[in-house]
Amino acid sequence: MIKKILIIGLLAVVGLIFFDLFNAYQGNETLSKTANYYAENGAKDVGAANLVTAIVVTYRGLDTLGEVTILFLAAAIISFALKFRKEDFIPNRPVRVTSELLDSASQVIVPIIFMVGIYIFINGHLTPGGGFQGGAVIASGVLLMIMSNPNFGVSHKVIATVESISGIAFVLIGVLGIILAGGFLDNTILPLGKLGDLFSAGVIPVIYTFVGLKVGAELSNIIGTISHAQNEKN
Amino acid sequence: MFIAIAIVLGVASLIGGYIAIHHEKLPVAIIASGLVSLFASVIFLLLAAPDVAMTEAAIGSGLTTLIFFYVLNKIRQRND
Repeated sequence: MIKKILIIGLLAVVGLIFFDLFNAYQGNETLSKTANYYAENGAKDVGAANLVTAIVVTYRGLDTLGEVTILFLAAAIISFALKFRKEDFIPNRPVRVTSELLDSASQVIVPIIFMVGIYIFINGHLTPGGGFQGGAVIASGVLLMIMSNPNFGVSHKVIATVESISGIAFVLIGVLGIILAGGFLDNTILPLGKLGDLFSAGVIPVIYTFVGLKVGAELSNIIGTISHAQNEKN
Repeated sequence: MFIAIAIVLGVASLIGGYIAIHHEKLPVAIIASGLVSLFASVIFLLLAAPDVAMTEAAIGSGLTTLIFFYVLNKIRQRND
């Protein structure tokens, strides 16, 4: 009884605190100072038709580097936690036979999914989307491949190579920005070009290609590891 | 029209969330939670955030659902 009263009392106090916050909230009528700067100078400074990309890759480029690092750490920890000894491996795990429909459909759809993913990150500075979205779409293509053939293994060598090269390239481009232009991850080391062209917005398409490859490799690695862990003997 | 679609999607995600929590069979619950992500991604699209919608559709309803199934399969193997 006392426990319930305590819980209700606690909820009431929390509710009171949040009601105050809620009551004092006023929607912004105009853009805040930072947002206003981005909206006014984004196209001129960065040259990207998609303002979200301009902010994510250039103005807040360091945050993106941090996010990619966190994703890498998550993938590494999952691989580490799901590691098992060679003796526990079941070579030919009995799996349910894949239906003809899924098998044939995946052969047709997987290349298209990969193409859409690559399109999304190459056009990240023009249309909505970017490295993370494109990488996630590519990983879902890998997912479909694993679903249609449960014994399909994701090659660690390929994943490690793609991921290391793109990670190092991302940082190198950032450092080049310090040497050749205004600062870390400054995108004006390549010409800005005409707003809305594929080859525009300086170095953003290059960075997004590397981010897309890196994210795609990391997510594919997570799926591959979890699928591989199904072969562990209990 | 916009509000009608948003309300339908919101109610559908609430129902999906309820099923995900209370259904007895875990596979049904996993599918329901994937559906919630799918509805959420359509809502993001309506709210003019197509990039967030893409991520939600690919990761929320694609990868996460399958990872849940893999984990469920693993737990069942252990319990047998």
